[in-house]
Amino acid sequence: MAPITLKVNGKTHQLAVDPETPLLWVLRDHLHLTGTKYSCGISECGACTVMMDNQAIRSCVTTAQEAQGHDIVTIEGLELTDLKPLQDAWISEEVSQCGYCQPGQLMTAAALLRHNPAPTTEEIDAEMSDVLCRCGTYLRIRTAVAKAAKEVRS
Amino acid sequence: MSPLVNLSRRDFLKAGAAFSGALILGFKLEEAQGAGPDSEAIFNPNAWLEISPDGPVIIHVPWTELGQGVLTAMSMILAEELEADWEKVEIRKAWNDPRFGRMGTGGSRSIRTSWDPVRQAGAAARVMLEQAAAARWGVSSREVVARQSYIHWRGTDLKLSFAELAKEAARLDVPRDVPLKTRAQRKLVGTSVQRIDAVDKATGRALFGCDHRFEGMVRAVVARCPVLGGKVASFDARQALKSPGVVGVHEISNGVAVLANTTWEAIKGREALSITWDEGDAADLDSAGISALLQSKEADEAAVMRRDGDFARELKAAPTSVQAVYELPYLSHSPMEPMNCTAWIEGDHCEVWGPIQSVSWAEGVAAEAAGVPSENVRIQPTYSGGGFGRRLMVDYVREVVEIAKASGSKVQLFWTREDNTRHGFYRPASRHAMKGTLDSKGRVTGWSHHLACPSISGQLSPDRFPDGRDEGAVDGAINLSYAIDHVDVLYSMTNTAVPTGWLRSVYNTQNAMANECFVDELAVAAGRDPVALRREMLPADSRLLTTLNRAAREWGWPGQPPAGRGWGVACHASFGSYVTNMAEVSVQSGRVRVHKVLCVVDCGPVVHPDGVRSQMEGGTAYALSGLLREEITVENGRVQQSNFDDYLPLRLDEMPEVEVIALDSELPIGGIGEPGYPAVGPAVLNAVYNLTGQRVRKLPLAGNFKG
Repeated sequence: MAPITLKVNGKTHQLAVDPETPLLWVLRDHLHLTGTKYSCGISECGACTVMMDNQAIRSCVTTAQEAQGHDIVTIEGLELTDLKPLQDAWISEEVSQCGYCQPGQLMTAAALLRHNPAPTTEEIDAEMSDVLCRCGTYLRIRTAVAKAAKEVRS
Repeated sequence: MSPLVNLSRRDFLKAGAAFSGALILGFKLEEAQGAGPDSEAIFNPNAWLEISPDGPVIIHVPWTELGQGVLTAMSMILAEELEADWEKVEIRKAWNDPRFGRMGTGGSRSIRTSWDPVRQAGAAARVMLEQAAAARWGVSSREVVARQSYIHWRGTDLKLSFAELAKEAARLDVPRDVPLKTRAQRKLVGTSVQRIDAVDKATGRALFGCDHRFEGMVRAVVARCPVLGGKVASFDARQALKSPGVVGVHEISNGVAVLANTTWEAIKGREALSITWDEGDAADLDSAGISALLQSKEADEAAVMRRDGDFARELKAAPTSVQAVYELPYLSHSPMEPMNCTAWIEGDHCEVWGPIQSVSWAEGVAAEAAGVPSENVRIQPTYSGGGFGRRLMVDYVREVVEIAKASGSKVQLFWTREDNTRHGFYRPASRHAMKGTLDSKGRVTGWSHHLACPSISGQLSPDRFPDGRDEGAVDGAINLSYAIDHVDVLYSMTNTAVPTGWLRSVYNTQNAMANECFVDELAVAAGRDPVALRREMLPADSRLLTTLNRAAREWGWPGQPPAGRGWGVACHASFGSYVTNMAEVSVQSGRVRVHKVLCVVDCGPVVHPDGVRSQMEGGTAYALSGLLREEITVENGRVQQSNFDDYLPLRLDEMPEVEVIALDSELPIGGIGEPGYPAVGPAVLNAVYNLTGQRVRKLPLAGNFKG
């Protein structure tokens, strides 16, 4: 088994893991980056979303092998990027209740703003509807994404 | 009046040397009025305030943070009366400890039981600190004043910090009946300060149960019988033990546990297990059979839970009568964080970390499973990724401790989503046979509600209700807010092998649905406006009436909905709070779309306005989720749903605009976690009727609404 090399939040890690291991579990159990969450394991809920080369991907169905050679950004790395205003908006809008899905929400929003710095409400809804929240923070997510988009643009 | 105890003067605390010289106030939180069903999961905790000579003001919060904001809100109440500097208060999640009393978080109790005692404790501590300062300066206490964690000598520049005064204050008696701040004097309570967990939850730093990492910890998943209540007959672990990373396989009372170095390896290892199940008695159980069972219950054999006047006679005499039957499905809590828990046993001690609502219950279960005295069990409740009542049950705590005992390891138990969906404690399915009578002027003269559904407490403790009289099951039904002359509330306890549990607002989810849809049906039969009819039935001093009137005014009711839209109203009181919802819906491509929900809530004093808003928005979303598509069904004793591809919660693009109006007052304080749920569903169903003329009496909406 050749080691897997992953670049996460700008840091390179060599890991002896089964290449078929989902990236989610490599992040959580090998790199102890526990901000990325499991909730469904089948790409339905979005809690495990991270950015891979600026695209939102579901780390629960992306293998370590597939992630190799790409730039991974997790919630822990978001504040080091120019998209930190998303986190500021999340805080000022008091989006989080339980908070468990919020890393996935934030990383989905981050990828959205990467590609569409001025999303309309419909575009925000379309993208953010991929991520489940059981606490019902949806209205605030919508507001926070719009607010952050403005901030990132300026 | 709840007892305040200066714990620093009590012998049993002397053991904790760390506390020496600290002012520590322990205070008992009150049992809430109208607390709802009692159960193992009812609590009466104490809280602590600790001011050390060399440290910050520390508040030990005995409630689990599930997202409801209790760490922030309870601490605000204390800091307000204490005059503590909010920015420097240290808020800690309390460990289980006999000194905290019976710990657990549920029933929307946290703030309403904290409100009085926590204010009294804060005020008492402030007075003790003032007395200590006055004594130090040799002046009267009237000449000193507390502000921002200091005691100031009025008219001078002199001040002493709380920390500097802690040791002297700790020697004083706790004063009684200290006047509390008036509404106008409050600076913190009633403001929306930033939640203390806001930053950690936006940065991924907040540690939930499954995020905690301990030296030497292994992961475990459990294979459980797919048939509800089934057991392991035999199993072969050979293949699983060969699976990479697997370090052990152990049978526990609830199945077979696979231990591995990582979660993924444990999940893969479990797939390699070969198990023969003893499917037990439930292998023939299915949803159709349960519906038929509920339907077979006769009203005249039901327990009479409330009887005012003579409904039977009124039914015969009244010029008009109306009947309707409502049927609601089982629901799953499905919090985003799956069930998980971490535990280890060392000698005769056991330590447990996890997202746990029922801390004291968990302590007893852990002690039993570990075979250690309960005073040797330490539990740290972690941040919980939602709960909604699921974590009131302690099945997962028992599992992890059994695994820790069998393996001798430090174990983090993890449930997959499929485990969560198939092995839940579901909101009970229910059937409500409603009858009402109207006089010639269209006034409601009689009301009969026959509820058939499982008893949560009765299923947990089968001997508990030999006469089938579970008051919990009729919560929201017997305490009907309307004044009606002839009222029957009947209950047919119908227990099955499907595990049931307390889900956000519990039986109010079903009973409010039946009440409020049926009132709407009565209004139509009487040719009356549904708000006007409710007004007529609500007592003049009813707090629910106040919310109804306010909602009607804000909404512009009665009025004409926009073209293609329908309006509905519902109101309900639960957990000491009063809520009216109005909803606007349309039908698009045969599907109901909810555009707008108004929520007027009276919970008495509003501690954190944005927190209240947040809980009402959340209650609305959770209620809509349970209304639109969610449904747990059973076939061959197996739960048919497994994940978020077949159990379908609300998504962002279905979320209506929600306007929340909280009527802030000094009336008795109510809960806020649950009361946002019950009236949302009926308001929407009434709006659907208003638009389409179709009464949907069976849920979920999807599949039962004929678009």
